[in-house]
Amino acid sequence: MSVRGRFIVKLGTPDELRSFRESIVAQMDPQKLCVRICMTGCRAYGAVRIRDAFLKEIKGRGLEKEVEIRETGCHGFCARAPVITIDPKDIFYQQLTAEDVPEIIDQTLLKGEIIDRLVYADPATGEKFPFNADVPFYKNQTKNVLRNCGVIDPRNISHYIARDGYDALSKVLTTTTPVEVIDTVEQSGLRGRGGAGFPTGRKWRFVRDAHGDPKYLVCNGDEGDPGAFMDRAVMEGDPHSVLEGMLIAAYAMGVEVGYIYVRAEYPIAVEHLKIAIAQAQELGLLGENILGSGFNFEIRVKEGAGAFVCGEETALLASIEGRRGMPRPRPPFPAQSGLWDKPTNINNVETYANVPLIILKGSEWYSSIGTERSKGTKIFSLAGKINNTGLVEVPIGTPVRKVIYDIGGGIPGGRRLKAVQTGGPSGGFVPEEHLDLPIDYDTLQAIGSIMGSGGMVVMDEDTCMVDVARFFLEFTNDESCGKCSICRLGSQQMLDTLTRITQGKGREEDIELLVELGKQVRDISLCGLGRTLPNPVLTSTNFFRDEYEAHIKEKRCPALVCEELVSYYILPEKCEGCMICLRNCPSEAIMGGKRMVHVIDQSKCTKCGTCLSLCPTRFSAVVKVSGEQIPVPEEPIPVAPRKPKTA
Amino acid sequence: MDTVNLTIDGIPIKAPKGEKVLWAALDNGIYIPNLCAIRRAKEPHAGCRLCFVGIEGRPGPVTACTEPVAEGMVVHTTTPEVKRLRRTAAELLIATECPDCRTCAKNRHCELQRVAAHVGVKLKPQRLRKSPKSLAIDSSNPFFILDPNKCILCGKCVWVCSEIVGADAINFTSRGFDATPMFDESCEACGECVAICPVGALVEKNLRWPKQEVKTICPYCAVGCGIYLGLDNGVIVSVRGDEENPVNRGSLCARGRFGIAEFVHHQDRLTTPLVKKGRGFVEISWEEAIELVARRLAQYKGEKFGLISSVKSTNEDNYILQKFARVVMGSNNIDSSARLRDGPTLVALGESFGAGAMSNPMDDIESAACIFVIGTNPTSSHPILGQRIRRAARNGAKLIIANPREIDLCRHASLWLRNRPGSDLALLMGMMRIIIDEGLADLSFIEARCENFDALTESLSRFDLKLAEELSGVPQQLITDAARTYAGLKPATILFGSGLTQHIHGTENVYALANLAMLTGNIGQASSGIYPIKGENNAQGACDMGALPGLLPDYQPLSGPDIREKFEAAWGCPLSPNPGLTLGEMLDTANEGRIQALYIVGADPALDMANIQQVRQALKRLEFLVVQDIFLTQTARLADLVLPAASFAEKDGTFTNIERRVQLVRQAIEPIGDSRPDWQIACRIAQKMGATGFDFEHPSQIMDEVASLLPSYGGISHQRLEDGGIQYPCPSKNRPGTPRLHTKTFIRGKGRFTPLVYRPPAEEPDDEYPLMLTIERSLYHQGNMSRKVKGLNTLRPEELVEINPLDAANLGVADGESVRVISRRGVVKVKAKITEASPPGVVCMSSNFAERPANLLTNSTLDASSKTPELKVSAIRIAKT
Repeated sequence: MSVRGRFIVKLGTPDELRSFRESIVAQMDPQKLCVRICMTGCRAYGAVRIRDAFLKEIKGRGLEKEVEIRETGCHGFCARAPVITIDPKDIFYQQLTAEDVPEIIDQTLLKGEIIDRLVYADPATGEKFPFNADVPFYKNQTKNVLRNCGVIDPRNISHYIARDGYDALSKVLTTTTPVEVIDTVEQSGLRGRGGAGFPTGRKWRFVRDAHGDPKYLVCNGDEGDPGAFMDRAVMEGDPHSVLEGMLIAAYAMGVEVGYIYVRAEYPIAVEHLKIAIAQAQELGLLGENILGSGFNFEIRVKEGAGAFVCGEETALLASIEGRRGMPRPRPPFPAQSGLWDKPTNINNVETYANVPLIILKGSEWYSSIGTERSKGTKIFSLAGKINNTGLVEVPIGTPVRKVIYDIGGGIPGGRRLKAVQTGGPSGGFVPEEHLDLPIDYDTLQAIGSIMGSGGMVVMDEDTCMVDVARFFLEFTNDESCGKCSICRLGSQQMLDTLTRITQGKGREEDIELLVELGKQVRDISLCGLGRTLPNPVLTSTNFFRDEYEAHIKEKRCPALVCEELVSYYILPEKCEGCMICLRNCPSEAIMGGKRMVHVIDQSKCTKCGTCLSLCPTRFSAVVKVSGEQIPVPEEPIPVAPRKPKTA
Repeated sequence: MDTVNLTIDGIPIKAPKGEKVLWAALDNGIYIPNLCAIRRAKEPHAGCRLCFVGIEGRPGPVTACTEPVAEGMVVHTTTPEVKRLRRTAAELLIATECPDCRTCAKNRHCELQRVAAHVGVKLKPQRLRKSPKSLAIDSSNPFFILDPNKCILCGKCVWVCSEIVGADAINFTSRGFDATPMFDESCEACGECVAICPVGALVEKNLRWPKQEVKTICPYCAVGCGIYLGLDNGVIVSVRGDEENPVNRGSLCARGRFGIAEFVHHQDRLTTPLVKKGRGFVEISWEEAIELVARRLAQYKGEKFGLISSVKSTNEDNYILQKFARVVMGSNNIDSSARLRDGPTLVALGESFGAGAMSNPMDDIESAACIFVIGTNPTSSHPILGQRIRRAARNGAKLIIANPREIDLCRHASLWLRNRPGSDLALLMGMMRIIIDEGLADLSFIEARCENFDALTESLSRFDLKLAEELSGVPQQLITDAARTYAGLKPATILFGSGLTQHIHGTENVYALANLAMLTGNIGQASSGIYPIKGENNAQGACDMGALPGLLPDYQPLSGPDIREKFEAAWGCPLSPNPGLTLGEMLDTANEGRIQALYIVGADPALDMANIQQVRQALKRLEFLVVQDIFLTQTARLADLVLPAASFAEKDGTFTNIERRVQLVRQAIEPIGDSRPDWQIACRIAQKMGATGFDFEHPSQIMDEVASLLPSYGGISHQRLEDGGIQYPCPSKNRPGTPRLHTKTFIRGKGRFTPLVYRPPAEEPDDEYPLMLTIERSLYHQGNMSRKVKGLNTLRPEELVEINPLDAANLGVADGESVRVISRRGVVKVKAKITEASPPGVVCMSSNFAERPANLLTNSTLDASSKTPELKVSAIRIAKT
């Protein structure tokens, strides 16, 4: 039910919005069969083919009137992609293929039967959960900001409006003064979801009180942390909640032009935002004299070009202005002098998406969620060595352990968790012993990490912490804009030092040097990128110093990750001389012959691991070791004769 | 100004409110290490992370470049914490971005070395490992190299190129460790980036450090930038801008920064007098030369003699030369090559306002709300002035360009009127018509300050916008927009150049601009004025000094008996009341045999004038031609006697720039070879010929005589100029000079409107010669001097004919192909450059290349009032070779 073509008249008053909503709701049948397919994240796993199969089958069977195929945003449970939900029963199917579709129609849609094969089973207990509401991954979440994600078609404004969309806007325009809006947001305790956690209401007040005309509003959608996709999910799955948040903010601060800065690497987000803006304009929810209130606001989408640093607000503003994205010193803060030197409010996507809820449900409701100093819910993206990778929303203050185990389902293969990297590449490691800390703005900082914008990468015992620190630093070093010396050069020195350590060339004093440099880069860099990039190094040297020492003193990588420090050996007592590894070694480093014990020539070995992966498990003769030498013969010798079979 | 009190390292300091701690400290002799701070910058770069200080009451160190001073603030610059932070930053810089001081041209002149010494970091890193970068070195510019491996990314080059130069040719590329500044094709080779680079990343090729420096004035264009010539053992080894000179505030262009030392010391400099013998020259002594010239000139006293004075030489030289012509030779046949460019300005602004000079100082341009730039490309011809216009546009001024060619300023402009060459008058009449019709004229200004307004309106009544569009080729709407913009934004200012004056109706063009300014009341106030852009460094001064056939020094009329009497009394001889011949007329009459002897000083009419074939013929017909110059110019080759002149670097004196600023030129080196200053040579000839009043020992004495006879220069002396230039009129020693003219009344009393009648160019394209040739100066060349500079010749090696792609396609001419450009007067073979900078139907050359002189082609038809030739429009055709 598209807007275009059906509603020529703009919504001129709040009443018209209300009756429009009522007419939409009236036309909706809550008992109608509806297949909700995630068409954002699940695309990578073949959601397009599944949707096409549904459309084809439904059409082929003439079921178009009975069944709605709805393309939605992310449902959250990415580990099980592609996923669908079937309404009205709330059936949850996962890891589908297009071939499953005819069966789903026959069995589930037409007969109401559940297909056991497609139901989610807890990997640990084997217990099956056919309904969304029961799945532990969903059950333990509090979906406020994500309430529409995976539920509505983000390209259809009617869906949003039907779920009270733009009611908050209508409410502020009719019943609330701009200052009261700011009061409400301030009382709610909402803090910036980009990671810095500045109180949103207070920022809005600064902008409102700042001298300068015009003022601007900016939405920071330049989500750059590897493994983070919270903002992406909101922009893709519920773009109108961002627009509505911006509208309310604009009304509160007296702004008429807003920008959404979104990475060009998020093409679906860009597309959905543009569609949402066009539809809102068409209905008169953006543009001039919105809902007859006299309030004007327009939103422009500015696509970023993939520089991580453009997530930093002053660099982002420079980029919007068409200049090279490089941060500048603050003060002046954007609230005083931002876009084109005018007072500018800049908030993160998720921050804006919280605003309509606060207005609708009130600041008291909002501040009842969360902790003393951190209110509301926060979205996290779970990635790495965890069973249930995906998008989760929980009240701020939830312990890390609960997110990792109750929602995330723990670590695959029964391995031990080593650390959780929170806050993206500029966050730090939370080691196992601190898993019971609540995730909020302040607590994690005490152990050197940050909640950040919500990235969570889980590491198990197979992870080398030196190597991971080097990996994150490689990213931030590469993404440093180069403007400030300490970030550009300090990160390079730290990266060089870490690289040397992982290569076994570390010196004893390197750990102190890393800590010293890291602290200085943290303390005196110009912008947030530089100030946080040492966190992985600082937390890993703090919590996993033994791993550093093993690399430096023993030339040993305990996790057997650092290539230069590991060697492959063939255990002579286990080798059966089967020739498999010998024939497949790409660098011809294995000596031996049929029924001769194979020996790896260490000078030729490139440590590709082919031998380890090919050695039949019943032999398990190839081993990977670090920091030690295994006695092997210098030349191939005959395999020990098999024990003669006794008669 | 509000000041606050603070203490830095225990020293009580007063600093202006809002000043950053860094500058407050440095101003008081307290050094805080820094590499990226620029005082003039709007916002601090804050990238070097060195200038940390401790401030009491603050939790941690803060950067001094970003922190404003506050009342009662207590600052410590050497706390252990601050020292530790600075040390790390310096160590990192040295370990990575300072490969090796021993091989670096900036060794011992490097800011990073200074920082390292201050914070106590050895240049060989200890704690950190040396990890130099390996980025490609850019040595494409003939004057400087960019070694990104030494770049500390302070951003100063990017800032200066953007905010001061306005070329925006440099920006950072790549990220993080690989980030480096990069040049694009809009680089103008001005070297501002090199001058501001604190380390060895941007350095001059062949960089040499001077042992001493002499402050003087650049000899290229009429902007008159202050420079320091750096000397080592009597040789100029460096040039830098004078930061205290208000004209350029330290900025220089490629010609000024890189084009001086090489021409001054060039092997082609004339070092001894030469006399024509057969087809060649032989060297003679000064005694013989003076004796020869005195003897020969004695035969041509009176109207058979003419003198062409130098727009490149000092005021003192020019004053002596005109005095020589008038007193020794009894002739008013004295003129200069300012005639080729500025004649219409002198006539029209003289008659409209009472003075033919710039009404306002150049400083005013940057605060104008609207700038109308017509018939000039200052980015190329007067780069430092061009930079001011770009800065004004950046500051929000609306820029209106009228030019057939797509000049650099077009990209900064709000409106670009691409009129047909020679149609400026139609455009201006159209604009005035709109202003009057739409009631945008400033009637109260006109009523109070002007006269003859009705004559103007009457003359415009027959000229409508449709006609303006037809004649100029500019759409009516654009003309209307330009008129409304110029009339609607105040203060508005007008700049014009030779594109407006070098026409047979050049004088009308300038009348039209004077009318336009008066019509809107845009004259006589801050940032509202008229800026005639004269060409050469002392074009203004040469005219002021009386190198004009019809006027005595300071534009005093020959016909005024009181005035003539004053000069006769001072000079001790009777003066002819009859106006002499102008430059063009002298050569025309030489062809007829009426002028028989010419004394040409620092001018090259055989290259610079229109239709030089005819000029060369005239010069050959002379009975006696003496040429005094620093090089053997095209004109000097035709001389009977050549006298070697000293260059600007070898003499004392003054230049007067376009904004009427008289500035001291100081001798930096001894004259090259046996060359002598122009004034000295002329004085010796005069004395040899028995004249009195030429016994000067130093140019300052000449200036004293100038001051006694020229009311505008009455208060000027060399001694006074030691403290900086003075803008004339400066009638007495206790007056400060006059930055703005016509403030309360016009110099002539009431401003006079002049009625206008449109006339087309003398020569328009026809079937036989279907294209128009126009002339525009190259950024890299001016006169004979720049051609002696290898690097400038590399940047612009040869004459080109710039041609629109459409015309090129019609002719089947490819880019870089050699073609023949043919006019009714001559043929020049040059390479074609295909560019949309030239509009269809119009081609462009630069007229700066003696080996392929565009002036073989140009039209010598004169503007009747000013006798300035129509150099800007000639009909030509192009043939493939």
